[in-house]
Amino acid sequence: MSEIKLVEAPPGIEGSGFFATSLDKVVGMARSHSLWPLPFATSCCGIEFMATMGSHYDFARFGSERPSFSPRQADLLMVMGTIAKKMAPVLRQVYVQMAEPRWVIAVGACASSGGIFDTYSVLQGIDEVIPVDVYVPGCPPRPEAIIDGFNKIQELVRNESLRRRESPEYKELLAKYGIQ
Amino acid sequence: MEKLTNQIVIQKLSTQFGERISIPTEPYGLLTFETGKESITEVLTFLKEDAALQFNYLTDITGIHYPEKELAIGVVYHLHSLRSNVRVRIKVFLPADKPVIPTASNLWKGANWMERETFDFFGIQFEGHPDLRRILNVDEMTVFPMRKEYPLEDPNRVDKKDYFFGR
Repeated sequence: MSEIKLVEAPPGIEGSGFFATSLDKVVGMARSHSLWPLPFATSCCGIEFMATMGSHYDFARFGSERPSFSPRQADLLMVMGTIAKKMAPVLRQVYVQMAEPRWVIAVGACASSGGIFDTYSVLQGIDEVIPVDVYVPGCPPRPEAIIDGFNKIQELVRNESLRRRESPEYKELLAKYGIQ
Repeated sequence: MEKLTNQIVIQKLSTQFGERISIPTEPYGLLTFETGKESITEVLTFLKEDAALQFNYLTDITGIHYPEKELAIGVVYHLHSLRSNVRVRIKVFLPADKPVIPTASNLWKGANWMERETFDFFGIQFEGHPDLRRILNVDEMTVFPMRKEYPLEDPNRVDKKDYFFGR
């Protein structure tokens, strides 16, 4: 039998019959282990993601049991593949439809910087239209790299302040992209 | 019916059009000739509707840009006779400041999108086209990207700048 590993409780004060910690940490812990990803796959990085989701790499063990194909119920937008300029408004629309809190991961060279497609028709990185939290390098990245990127996102989620989304810095960031 | 060869096609074309088409060549066996924009509709109609030729299939319409030439913008038609399995290529050259040519969409419905694509990338105006607007590029694009004067690369690209490589 394999050993079942449970998530460790955040640091706090424990006594008989009670456990006290801050709400931030509990919420962060809960969120980071139930991120619903929305795969926005346009090319070969998407194929790597399919391998990542499959039984061998088993993406679901990090709490992403349910890939969401509706932006409304998704927490994490995973952009995998070349985004043509004609696709940019679609990607932006998907991002706007997601409810806060939302995170974005750019998987692969194309989503991060345009990759080999340094041309008039391709978006030179999705951060031209939406804010990105984690970039995964590779052309395409191996499933291990995608999982590593996902773990980085989990780390961000775990340590995010509950008030971050209300902060003027965050609002300024969104305003920079012309969102809201 | 005897087999249709390039020679027969050349013969029929020169009797029909004479000086209005250039002397045909056969690079890699593909019959190729030039004509002017005044004659192109007539040439295409003849090739399509002549009982012996029957070039009934429009394989492609595309453009080409030779900035050093006087007539810089070219339109290239590829026709295929499905009955005889013979192909022909027709080129029409136009001045870059006024690249206007009659549409082929009255002859082949398929020419509609091919001409839109050629317009999108080379800015060639097809007169009489029912709906000449961009088809592949974003609507906001202001240039015709396959023309040589426009850079291929995206100007927003930052990670290839020389200073990242000590140049």
